[in-house]
Amino acid sequence: MSGSGVAAVKRVFTDLHFCLNVKDAAAALRMVNKAATLGYGLVAVPFATEARVDEVAGLRAVCGEAGVDFASRVDLRPRTQNELMRQVRRLRRKFEVVCVSCENKAVARQAAKDRRVDLLSFPLLDFRRRFFDRAEAELASNSFAALEVDVKPLLVLEGPRRIRLLSSLRREVAIAKKFHVPVVISSGVSKELLLRKPREMAALAFLFGLDEISGLEAVSQSANLIVERNREKLSSGFVAPGIRVVKEGKNC
Amino acid sequence: MKRIKRRYLALQLDSDGLHSRKQFMEAVWGAVTKLHGEHGASLTSLALIDYDSERKMAVLRTSLATLDLVRASLALIKSVAGSEAAVHVTAVSGTIKALHKKTQ
Repeated sequence: MSGSGVAAVKRVFTDLHFCLNVKDAAAALRMVNKAATLGYGLVAVPFATEARVDEVAGLRAVCGEAGVDFASRVDLRPRTQNELMRQVRRLRRKFEVVCVSCENKAVARQAAKDRRVDLLSFPLLDFRRRFFDRAEAELASNSFAALEVDVKPLLVLEGPRRIRLLSSLRREVAIAKKFHVPVVISSGVSKELLLRKPREMAALAFLFGLDEISGLEAVSQSANLIVERNREKLSSGFVAPGIRVVKEGKNC
Repeated sequence: MKRIKRRYLALQLDSDGLHSRKQFMEAVWGAVTKLHGEHGASLTSLALIDYDSERKMAVLRTSLATLDLVRASLALIKSVAGSEAAVHVTAVSGTIKALHKKTQ
């Protein structure tokens, strides 16, 4: 405890897009150990929509072995609004994090409106289909959806393509800040040597207009809040936001 | 004249092979100039203070004003002398003495 009597709260760093090969347990363990070494406390691993319960449980055990908290995630790529609604209805209660890759404007708007969607992601290289504008941000701010930024393309791309991506990200992050939409920075990588420390991710966020504090929040609080909120919703005692079953039975 | 504040960065090179001091610095300068251009790189006052190829550790000096810029550039290093690599910042400090204390 510090001299002022206030205990410093240690940040839990989170990577919400930690790509693992579900079938290769040894490689998965190596990646998770690496994440633990780099300082991550929680990782969210994307699964296919038809993922089996034992696959999820297997990876949860691998992460438990390495001392890293685990969250399951699903990436939805619907082509229409109706398809999005159907997929979210079917999968929301199976996964802790739901991300929608917005391939067209109608889907982007519906995803931003839907309170069951946690993360909005946009095509990284098709700059005409990055629909995160003011209207999208306003919808997202009302439904608590966050804008996800993967750092993988920043590492992989070079030259004019990286320049255009940085320019788009800078514009989108400025809009997100204005409308109080949380920004989540995640890795999106599946190779050990492309993993970066949380502070390095925050340093990369500096390139598209997030200062150090906001950058660190994007790899910790903003991401943790999503997982905590969904874990509460998925827990058995949850009734509605702010209401939960504390005790049940005849003697209540 | 205002004194230029400096920062010392302790770096850990994550790669399979061993790399010379020159190869390491070429990767660092390459990343900085690619991201910020020659003008941006000239503002960083980058200097390699110490390099241990066996332990894959290095100490780099930069100006405080360009610390964020250098950190972002270091995070973007993917290879050193053609082999896959990553550079992680393990500590940052205002003096070499304090940096060594932090890394011990």
